[in-house]
Amino acid sequence: MSRPKSVPAKSHSTEAVNRRWFLEQCGVGLGAAALHHLLAQQGYAATPAQDRPLAPRVPHFAPKAKNVIFLFMAGAPSHLELFDYKPQLAKFDGTLPPADLLKGYRAAFINPNSTLLGPKFKFSKYGQSGAELSELLPHTSRIVDRISIVKSMTTDAFNHAPGQLMMNTGSMIFGRPSMGSWAIYGLGSEAEDLPAFVVFSTGSKGPSGGNSCWGSGFLPTVYQGVQFRNVGDPVLYLSNPRGVDETLQRDSLDSIAKLNRMRMSKAGDPEIATRINSYEMAFRMQRSAPELLDISKEPRHILDMYGAEPGKPSFANTVLMARRLVENGVRFVQIYHEAWDQHGALVRDLTKNCKDTDQACAALVEDLAQRGLLEDTLVIWGGEFGRTPMVQGGNDGRDHHPNAFTMWLAGGGIKPGQTIGETDDLGFNVARDRIHVHDLHATILHLLGFDHEKLTYRFQGRDFRLTDVHGSVVDELLA
Amino acid sequence: MARRKLLLTAVLLFTAFAAGAHWPEAATQNTQHSPPSDHWAYNAPVRPALPEVKDKGWIANPIDRFILARLEKEKLLPSPAADRATLLRRLSLDLIGLPPSPEEIDGFLRDTSARAVEKQIDRLLASPHYGERWGRLWLDAARYADSDGYEKDKSRQVWFYRDWVISAFNEDKPYDKFIIEQIAGDLLPDATQQQHVATGFLRNSMINEEGGVDPEQFRMEAMFDRMDAIGKSVLGLTIQCAQCHNHKYDPLRHDEYYRLFAFLNNSHEAQTAVYTPEEEMKRSEIFRRTREIEAELQHRTPDWEARISAWEEDIKHNRIEWKILRPEVNDISTGGSRYLPMPDASFLAQGYAPTKHRVKFVARTDEPRITGFRLELLTDPNLPLGGPGRSVFGLGALTEFEVESAPADAPDKITKHKIVRATADFEQEARPLEAIFDDRSNRRRSVGPVAFAIDGVDETAWGVDAGPGRRNQPREAVFTLDRPIENTAKSGLILNIYLKQNHGGWNSDDNQNNNLGRVRLSLTLAPDPIADPVPAAVRALIDKPRDKRTPAEQQAIFRYWRTTVAEWKDANARIDALWREHPEGASQLVLFEREEMRSTHLLRRGDFLRPDKQVAPGVPAYLHPMPDGAPPNRLGFARWLVDRRSPTTARTVVNRIWQSYFGTGLVSTPEDFGRQGEQPSHPELLDWLAVELMERGWSLKHIHRLIAGSAAYGQSSRISPELLRRDPDNRLIARGPRLRVEAEIVRDIALAASGLLNAKVGGPSVFPPSPEFLYLPPTSYGPKIWREEKGEDRYRRAIYTFRYRSVPYPVLQVFDAPAADVSCVRRARSNTPLQALVALNETLFLESARALAWRTVREGGATNASRLNYAFRRVLARIPAPEEVNELLGLWQRQRARFISGEANPWNLAVNEPDRAAPLPKGVRMEDVAAWTAVARVLLNLDEAITKE
Repeated sequence: MSRPKSVPAKSHSTEAVNRRWFLEQCGVGLGAAALHHLLAQQGYAATPAQDRPLAPRVPHFAPKAKNVIFLFMAGAPSHLELFDYKPQLAKFDGTLPPADLLKGYRAAFINPNSTLLGPKFKFSKYGQSGAELSELLPHTSRIVDRISIVKSMTTDAFNHAPGQLMMNTGSMIFGRPSMGSWAIYGLGSEAEDLPAFVVFSTGSKGPSGGNSCWGSGFLPTVYQGVQFRNVGDPVLYLSNPRGVDETLQRDSLDSIAKLNRMRMSKAGDPEIATRINSYEMAFRMQRSAPELLDISKEPRHILDMYGAEPGKPSFANTVLMARRLVENGVRFVQIYHEAWDQHGALVRDLTKNCKDTDQACAALVEDLAQRGLLEDTLVIWGGEFGRTPMVQGGNDGRDHHPNAFTMWLAGGGIKPGQTIGETDDLGFNVARDRIHVHDLHATILHLLGFDHEKLTYRFQGRDFRLTDVHGSVVDELLA
Repeated sequence: MARRKLLLTAVLLFTAFAAGAHWPEAATQNTQHSPPSDHWAYNAPVRPALPEVKDKGWIANPIDRFILARLEKEKLLPSPAADRATLLRRLSLDLIGLPPSPEEIDGFLRDTSARAVEKQIDRLLASPHYGERWGRLWLDAARYADSDGYEKDKSRQVWFYRDWVISAFNEDKPYDKFIIEQIAGDLLPDATQQQHVATGFLRNSMINEEGGVDPEQFRMEAMFDRMDAIGKSVLGLTIQCAQCHNHKYDPLRHDEYYRLFAFLNNSHEAQTAVYTPEEEMKRSEIFRRTREIEAELQHRTPDWEARISAWEEDIKHNRIEWKILRPEVNDISTGGSRYLPMPDASFLAQGYAPTKHRVKFVARTDEPRITGFRLELLTDPNLPLGGPGRSVFGLGALTEFEVESAPADAPDKITKHKIVRATADFEQEARPLEAIFDDRSNRRRSVGPVAFAIDGVDETAWGVDAGPGRRNQPREAVFTLDRPIENTAKSGLILNIYLKQNHGGWNSDDNQNNNLGRVRLSLTLAPDPIADPVPAAVRALIDKPRDKRTPAEQQAIFRYWRTTVAEWKDANARIDALWREHPEGASQLVLFEREEMRSTHLLRRGDFLRPDKQVAPGVPAYLHPMPDGAPPNRLGFARWLVDRRSPTTARTVVNRIWQSYFGTGLVSTPEDFGRQGEQPSHPELLDWLAVELMERGWSLKHIHRLIAGSAAYGQSSRISPELLRRDPDNRLIARGPRLRVEAEIVRDIALAASGLLNAKVGGPSVFPPSPEFLYLPPTSYGPKIWREEKGEDRYRRAIYTFRYRSVPYPVLQVFDAPAADVSCVRRARSNTPLQALVALNETLFLESARALAWRTVREGGATNASRLNYAFRRVLARIPAPEEVNELLGLWQRQRARFISGEANPWNLAVNEPDRAAPLPKGVRMEDVAAWTAVARVLLNLDEAITKE
């Protein structure tokens, strides 16, 4: 598997090395030694250049999607109240589920042999596609002809942290790279002075999987997601500290650069050029990031479309920020809205969650479309698993359920206006067109231009992939 | 879609074969294959002859022969020696992770003796900071963190393990002992507290306690994690590949993986009380004085043995017959925790621990007339501090005990039964609930005598806290019914027994539960039942014939009995007073071996729900055998790991040491010496070092002396264009290493250079400044505690920074410190704009720049030139070149002019708290200090500042 070592510079004098490195450096750098590693370990065509781990790269084939916005509904929304209407479940409300259905089934909180709970909200059909949606989603129902609804998702985990890791890294255990990291590893970055993979958290708490949801695992750390805030400084330590004004910052950076260059001419280490460049990018990010996340510059009608209010942090504001980031070259944005774990207060909390998110999700798809961005931006909506058809507690809660749940996708090469898959009469198991998380990952990578079996990274003597040894592209999802 | 799935199976099979896979062979195959020798790393290292070299004058020690022989072969010349200041900074950063002080540099520059370098190496190896520097690297492999990982990511106390690692390095504990104690310290004869603490290595696995988890699932995940950690850190082999099937590349079979697993699979997940040396002294004193008082009592009462016998006879009779219940647990009532049924009919609470819940037990009985119930609170090695509760004290509180009954054929016809009296073997004095259990309800909640469990008041609970040192004991309470439950129904009775446990705190995502840990319920028909005042353990001893008791057992009986002797009230009170001085201590996660062997099965596809045939502990056939007679347990396994015949153990550790010095190991894949691993760059050197380690008593300091003292290490790190072209990664070692230092050292350099560093070694983890929002939702899953240090702990070394796994400390994370979710034996070394933002703008970096500026104007002499020289050397060890002086003094002058003109406020830059007066040295203006702060900030941000040159 080992490839010939690449030679970073051919110049004959240190000064020339110096200059050449300046010219060649265009992204965030990685240490030369660490990069050798990376290079030696590449198992696929689009090898990141040794000196430019984030330089844009050409994937295996022409991608349909250049960007991804993943609206991660953490906590696991009830498919039975939102997308997957089950008249039989209503009919058998209050009775026990068939015994053979429960064979080998493990539930988190409830005794699986609990009574069934009928859907709590009304459903209607919408759009030309006739997709059936809950009354809780008046805005999403407006965009059904632009999206693909998948009712036949399934996963392996029934606890939150493992479920979220599964959805993000393809594995229930810690230590694997997230799909955003894989995407950046494969595609590089188009953002000059922004991270390529940005993560927000807007719910009532942070995701159960913590930082590992966007971690780079065994991939080089430059590929990990960078957490942004939707209020205050978007990036940690972005503002100059007290006592440091713009003039001092610039003057200091000039001195740092000059002294680093002097050292470079003595030490001859190209890593110093990377450092100089990192400092320049940091300075540029200090200016551009706050501007970019300042949604008050958006026209009124756009703010209204999302339901965004500048200065009041919300999911809606954050979705609008995600659009602005993608417009400016950020490749992968994830918004974690951890709010959907309705063991109880199902009716109250689902109503609130939908009120908080429905409008902005629909607005994002429409807004991207009207800007011509939807065709190369993949929008994904969904959580880590579904909810049980059986009740938890009195009659207003549902437990975790891995067997079947619903997600939707739009843009970026997704076939619009369709519903894929079907669950059984109780919404318990997938009845048709089962799509495992691994299949979803294979499809996402496909849309980004990758054969998921060939986007690999050598670690501990093995070529790892996002989909491990599983997954197949879901052709039905492709436009 | 169905067709696709069929296709998928075919594709999968194809992929597996294409990748050279050997799909799980029937695991039942038991062919013993002889040790293969075709792969170099499977043969134990043998000391090679030293190669001949031409330039013998260059050789400082045997390492250099191997390096030079290769260079001569490649027709490369070694680089000249590094200049002395640079060499000392390199040595200091490598050996203790701190830059040298100007005094240390001067001392070294003045020392013209031939042993000058050697003396510095000895000085640094003797420093307590050596253990911090090298211990930190081991902590990566040990996936050390101060929190438990998943979701709630609650804090845990494991810093005794961290300090054990530091002191093990400092005392140069032989590496074989170092490993044995971490794998099986508890099984060593007369294991000390420290040897127990060492087993924290295996306990550093994460624990998932989110609501509704299956504890066994995550125990198995922890087991896999332990296997992975041992494979990477000790063996340098990717054994975890055989978790699901036979290893695809190395000759490790699926069943052999589980045979290794079986060595580890017989432990309790324990947490034990631990004490500092000072606390241990206090404890010894309490024990000694207690014994003295007891001896005095015995001395004063010659007939005490006769009296105790009479008492024994007396209490043998007043025992009540209890019928142990085997109820079922109502799933919903557990609030997301699991009550695991145990063989003795008790229930062990595991998994999530809600802060409030009311668990319901349902039992069927045919007993005719029930007069009362007994609740036993039992200890268990898997509970905090052994239990009997689940709180951080290993205790719990019973808010209310309630009983209902109904005819078995009419379960809805419920009768609630009144309890008229509650008695217990331990009555706690009523007192307010501890602050950590505050539920923010503003109610006055308390714990106290067992009567609190039947008073119908939600604010009061039965507490079982006998104070530190004596609290983790089994307890029992008996609840006497007002009127017996008459069983008149033909169908028998259903009993609903509720244990309400509402005395936890407000935040169930933190360690605020106050739950019972292991409980057992019994009923009795005896009239007017009360609790047995004699503790169960004492009962068990009394039941033993006197001549079979050990002196210690007899003493234990005496120890209880004396408390019942009325005329010894004063002596008993004196002893109680002594115990009130018992230190709280800390706790540490450890392993305790189970008495009853847990059976280990091969798991199909690594799935704990798909166990296959049972396997016995054993080692893989392709590695060295277990010695005859070795115990088939963790201790035998630990000794096997560090057996002299192990082909990879010594090589793995010397390789990682090499990696730390030079950036890349002699084998660039330190975690994988198997067939997929990289060939060593200098195979003979690797073997020579491995044998040297073993033959020199596994002394790691010896290896450090060799490497740090070699001419190869002492070369200049300047990279000529030719070297850059020929060997960009410096695998040939034709120059010295030039590498950005690890995350912790980045921070420590700033603190040390500025003089802020608090050099204290060891102790609980600390909380340097960090943005508060990181630890609160929605950034964090639950609210976490981050109490920013305002005192001297603000400036401790980064190894002591508290590590939450789910919310890593940002300064360390951005410089590639691992998140401790898996064992890490090779860090990334990235170079990013986010690092620049941290070094420029983060609080402690700025405070370091300020402190360096103040130090400079106070101690750097009177001229700008001397001051610059002073600050420069504190950061970079060397003297600035004229063009560097020009640049920095230019910055100083430009910025000073801005402060003087009023364009910028010097106080804001120069002082941490601008509204607090800072006395200026004579002749120094605040504008000067501010300008020096700007210069210091630039110095701390130079590439060279965070680089080992």
